Amino acid sequence: MIKSFDPHSMLSKISVDKVGVEERVARFQTRSIKNESKLQGLKMVLNMIDLTTLEGKDTPGKVQQMCYKAQHLHDVEPGLPTVAAVCVYPSMVGVAKKALGNSNVKIASVSTAFPSGQSTRDIKISDTQFAVDQGADEIDMVISRGKFLAGEYAFVFDEIAAIKEACGKARLKVILETGELSTLDNVRLASDIAIHAGADFIKTSTGKIQPAATMQVTYTMLMAIKDHYDRTGIMVGMKPAGGISTSKLALHNLVMVKEVLGNAWLSNEWFRFGASSLANDVLMQIMKSTTGLYQSSDYFSID
Amino acid sequence: MNILKTYKIYIGGAFPRTESGRYYPITDSKGNTLANVCLSSRKDVRNAVVAARKAFGGWSEKTAFNRGQILYRIAEMLDGRKAQFIDELVLQGISKSKAEKEVQQSVDRLVYYAGWADKYQQIASSVNPVSSSHFNFSALEPMGVIGVIAPQENSLLGLISSVIPAICGGNTVVVAASENHPLCAVTFAEVLHSSDVPGGVVNILTGKIAELAPALAGHMDINALVSSGLGELQRTLALSCVENLKRNFSYSNSDQQGLNFITDLQEVKTTWHPIESIGGATSSY
Repeated sequence: MIKSFDPHSMLSKISVDKVGVEERVARFQTRSIKNESKLQGLKMVLNMIDLTTLEGKDTPGKVQQMCYKAQHLHDVEPGLPTVAAVCVYPSMVGVAKKALGNSNVKIASVSTAFPSGQSTRDIKISDTQFAVDQGADEIDMVISRGKFLAGEYAFVFDEIAAIKEACGKARLKVILETGELSTLDNVRLASDIAIHAGADFIKTSTGKIQPAATMQVTYTMLMAIKDHYDRTGIMVGMKPAGGISTSKLALHNLVMVKEVLGNAWLSNEWFRFGASSLANDVLMQIMKSTTGLYQSSDYFSID
Repeated sequence: MNILKTYKIYIGGAFPRTESGRYYPITDSKGNTLANVCLSSRKDVRNAVVAARKAFGGWSEKTAFNRGQILYRIAEMLDGRKAQFIDELVLQGISKSKAEKEVQQSVDRLVYYAGWADKYQQIASSVNPVSSSHFNFSALEPMGVIGVIAPQENSLLGLISSVIPAICGGNTVVVAASENHPLCAVTFAEVLHSSDVPGGVVNILTGKIAELAPALAGHMDINALVSSGLGELQRTLALSCVENLKRNFSYSNSDQQGLNFITDLQEVKTTWHPIESIGGATSSY
């Protein structure tokens, strides 16, 4: 059943204290994680990555190579996990499905006229259905930012609900594209709308717009998830995407998730990183821990 | 009022303090403190290597002629600040006349390598005779990021003699300055900074050689190590260099100049290009 937009349930106008957010975020960055816990944290990060290629120049070969990498991150080092999923355009889902076979790496597909979302609802729905038919386990949709900024919240809500229905069993991640929403208040409101409309995950960005997943934005979205959980007991996942390219930043994000939402969210069922170059940086950190030597990208697969 | 200068390190075209927050005092021959300088850590080495690797692409792709121009520009800037370098050398305990000579030699050395920048390729490359229909040629390519442990004596001339041939050939460097006489190295960073040298091409750290040298030798993203006069330590470093087959050069004449200081830090790439025939009277090539 498609949910209907009920402004009173969510437009309670929660305003975000920007200075407070910045202070809280700064505190997450002071946590010291060393040695064994750092190594475990890094492996957890690897296991939460949606390895992503979303470029006009993507080819089946590029996607096959990435799918191989998703399952064989760095075979020199035994005991490494796989990534959580690969993230591709709908036209590449079939290729990824074949390349991944029976592995437990999931396939996420962007849809709804990614990255701008400037298309009609019919096209967005068929875009989504195509990806699901091709075998996508997860759908990453974009919201209509133009409509959102014009105050047409019901339009945004209905669109998310319609795509959710088109997803069937696939999990839905809703991309807010926070870099275009200007304020943390808008980020919070868009998060609430997405959650109420049926999002399984909320996601910061497409990766095409700067700034992307800043910790302030991710924190604001985590708070929306927390408030929803406190009220209803329903968990919603979080995916910061874009701009997280270092291990340090990834670990700071894990600290934030743990301290805001708790241990239940520390698995790739509820938390993901959308990234293309993060995996290699994490692998280099892991090899630094095990060998004691600072690493070179020459010895890691190209991503 | 006499204000002691605070010397920082030079990474990626900026002058940060060491991430470790540690410092050590530099004294003159009478034991008076001249300045505090950064006691850099292996994490500073790590940051400097990242900066050097980032700068490598752009620097190696500049035209040889342009690299020569920039080296010449360094010479001009150094020449303009001669007095300051002479003062610092004298403060660190050498005679005025020796200091003047060392600074003049440093300027000359820069001009020398500026001249070589677009000429060493022709001297050291070759077209090779082969027994098949191939045009076979060997050309030089820069190695990448070079770790330099500057000579402990001749703190200015030694630094320039080991850093400049590396960047002349399109490499980028991370250099550990003379441990007890580091003042000229940091002042030289200011010269580099105002000489059109892109940030990250030369990165200068001050600190204990016993701490910085092993970090340079063991780093997987450094392609060659240049040092001189390290005695026993050199053997340990050579063993660390094996890890990523780092080229390891230990010079006994590190205050000299010569073509080999450039070509040692170049890899030779040989290309086989299929053609009909070459060099014969009927060849169209």
